Amino acid sequence: MLVIHRSVVLATALLLGMSVIDAAFAQKQGGILKMYHRDSPASASIHEEATYSTNIPFMGVFNNLVMYKQDVAQNSLESIVPDLATSWSWNADHTKLTFKLRDGVKWHDGKPFTANDVKCTFDMLMGKSSAKFRKNPRKNWYENVTDVAVNGDFEATFSLKRPQPALLALLASGYTPVYPCHVSPAEMRTHPIGTGPFKFVEFKANESIKLTRNPDYWKKGRPFLDGIEFTIIPNRSTAILAFISGKFDMTFPTEVSIPLLKDVKSQAPQAVCKVVPTNVSTNLIVNRDSPPFDNPDLRMAMAMTLDRKAFVDILFEGQADIGGTMLPPPQGVWGLPPEILKTIPGYGPDVKKNRDEARKLMQKAGYGPNKRLKVKVSTRNIPVYRDPAVILIDQLKEIYIDGELDVVETANWFSKVARKDYAIGLNLTGNAVDDPDQAFYENYACGSERNYTKYCNRDLEKLFDQQSMEPDMDKRKKLVWEIDKKLQEDVARPIIFHIHAGTCWQPYVKGVTVMVNSSYNGYRYEDVWLDK
Amino acid sequence: MTAYLVRRFLLMLLTLAGISVIVFVLLRIVPGNIVDILFDAAGFVDPADKARLEAELGLDKSILVQYASWIGGLLRGDLGFSYVSEKPALAEILPRIPITARLAGLALVFSILIGVPLGVISAVKQNTGLDYALRVLSLSGLSMPAFWLGLLILMAFVAAFGSIPIYSDAPKSFWDSLVMYSVPAAAVGFRSSALIMRLTRSSMLEVLRQDFIRTARSKGASENSINYHHALRNAMLPVVTVIGIEAAFLIGGLIVTETVFNIPGVARFLVEAIRWRDYPIVQNLVMFIAVIVVVINFLVDLLYAALDPRIKYSD
Repeated sequence: MLVIHRSVVLATALLLGMSVIDAAFAQKQGGILKMYHRDSPASASIHEEATYSTNIPFMGVFNNLVMYKQDVAQNSLESIVPDLATSWSWNADHTKLTFKLRDGVKWHDGKPFTANDVKCTFDMLMGKSSAKFRKNPRKNWYENVTDVAVNGDFEATFSLKRPQPALLALLASGYTPVYPCHVSPAEMRTHPIGTGPFKFVEFKANESIKLTRNPDYWKKGRPFLDGIEFTIIPNRSTAILAFISGKFDMTFPTEVSIPLLKDVKSQAPQAVCKVVPTNVSTNLIVNRDSPPFDNPDLRMAMAMTLDRKAFVDILFEGQADIGGTMLPPPQGVWGLPPEILKTIPGYGPDVKKNRDEARKLMQKAGYGPNKRLKVKVSTRNIPVYRDPAVILIDQLKEIYIDGELDVVETANWFSKVARKDYAIGLNLTGNAVDDPDQAFYENYACGSERNYTKYCNRDLEKLFDQQSMEPDMDKRKKLVWEIDKKLQEDVARPIIFHIHAGTCWQPYVKGVTVMVNSSYNGYRYEDVWLDK
Repeated sequence: MTAYLVRRFLLMLLTLAGISVIVFVLLRIVPGNIVDILFDAAGFVDPADKARLEAELGLDKSILVQYASWIGGLLRGDLGFSYVSEKPALAEILPRIPITARLAGLALVFSILIGVPLGVISAVKQNTGLDYALRVLSLSGLSMPAFWLGLLILMAFVAAFGSIPIYSDAPKSFWDSLVMYSVPAAAVGFRSSALIMRLTRSSMLEVLRQDFIRTARSKGASENSINYHHALRNAMLPVVTVIGIEAAFLIGGLIVTETVFNIPGVARFLVEAIRWRDYPIVQNLVMFIAVIVVVINFLVDLLYAALDPRIKYSD
């Protein structure tokens, strides 16, 4: 009996040992990952675009100084790891951030990577170099950076106007690759050269994007894939059918809507699907300077009539989040906790009570059942904007506001909003990084280009800076909650809901991690492999 | 005849000149240009960057100067550069032409091969069960939108064969090409075949009642000879006209079909270029399509004389 027992123990130990070894060496090398792409990106230059249509296919071509760990779903300051940098350090007053850089890294054209490439990249982003991007959408991310200096070939130092611990969060984004000094911005738009795990092969507009394995990648053993091929299929029905038929290994990330997800699950039950927040919020924008919306009571009434749950139930079958400016927990790192959220006007669960109060405010402003306010509700002419705008119009009727849908073609949407040629609008705001430094300054700082409602609160701006400089994460979180609560109470840009969307892949695709609090940072694909 | 050809040629040039003006002006009337769209995607506008980019693309010049520059380039064979891809417009357009040409050609062949014989059968078997069935078929072809039919075909393929007949890589052989294009060609050609079928039927019915058919029959000609040699030839005149017009209209149908079957042809490219306000691509593509349409119409006119010797083109 004892002998048998020992044998069993030995066999079990052996099996366990084998499984551990197997797990460690399980990844298979080879194969082309085939995905469809939702549209043809304007260019291949990540720095010049503001859409993940560019990030997703081209992030694997590049490296950053630092990046969000690709197998950790929640981006945070804790999940940032070195990439082209081997380490980083702050000076005593947190105004200088020094990166030690990796030696022996080569660009895809064989030239060596040095600290000069880091300086060139950030000088261009800050608008300080003679070489210019055609457009530079994230220039304001580096407003606190005064200079990038190099010390030899493998050290670069960022000098800041004031401490900003979260600069690392911006540098870790998929939006912040290091570009080569020796390749012009124009060439980077059509034939990007990087140091990343995949080399660019070709980009045929409206047709396909092809990447191939970089055999000289500095991270030994990576990538597992021989390449990635994106077939551009703008028609969503065709794309989903093609995935169901097995033509593609993976859908375009976060492009499967909740209703489409049902189709996928019923027709391809073997598919692995993940539904996560995209860190894109749908919000109400109100022209605060245009009468009668210069009356704060009217703006508050509109915020209080919102039945956020109805939006979420109708559009997402319950699968979306209600929150403030920052993405709500648990996926969001900085979002308002439910106990604070429900204390904000309009967020209470009793919609009838909220609307009674909203109607009183409208009556105070001179409106009522016999004197209704007629207004145009402007929005962009694409379904993700249009559908919630229709629900918004329906909900505004509850407080004597008769909205008329004013759909604006994409080409004219931003210019219309920027010149404040609207009364009420329904807008979407995407955050590339789940960090208050990106969200607050970009969308709520006085004079910011993307502050569409021109909300301006100088006192609150001081708090923006205070939270940005705060090195203690717990203290910073408290400040962020205070700011977010104030933004909602001031009806700066009432957040209606935070969108969720799905990504699906075939079961033999392994090593995929879908980021849960950003749609812009998880597409390096160096850990993805095919088990077939 | 020569004078007629010269007159028609000059008329063609005048038509093309008119189209060039209309396309150019229409594109500028549509709100927003490429720079607006590029900055819209970024969610902001930097006025200095915008002005620099507009100057770089020549959009800051007057409309007249822009038009003269485009036409001048066109006459020299310089089609300019795509605003989006920054590649020569010719290099962007040329590889897509054979794709659409194959699809349109196959669709036209499909519509003629199905439409004409079934139209004849329908006329010859007038008011029989077969005629009714063919009329229902032709009506359904006319009423079904191409995108809907395309999606139905795709769904049927996925359900029945577990595969999807969409374009993903360039076909390597003639056979691959035929297999790849035949399904979308059938989808887009179905509507045209229905139209041709109905027209052939009504035209045949009219001709079959003519005296010369009765004469042929009384002289003992076989029914096949009467239907296909005497009647069909005389009934083809309006059908050929419609085939000519359909060849031009196919481009419209191809926009939807190329999108549903994900074929990177000219039609889908044109829609994308309009979305981006990629003027060099849109202007040159529309002119290319206009040339095709004008030439097809010219050839159809010439075909009339071949089909009906009574038609003479006077000098």
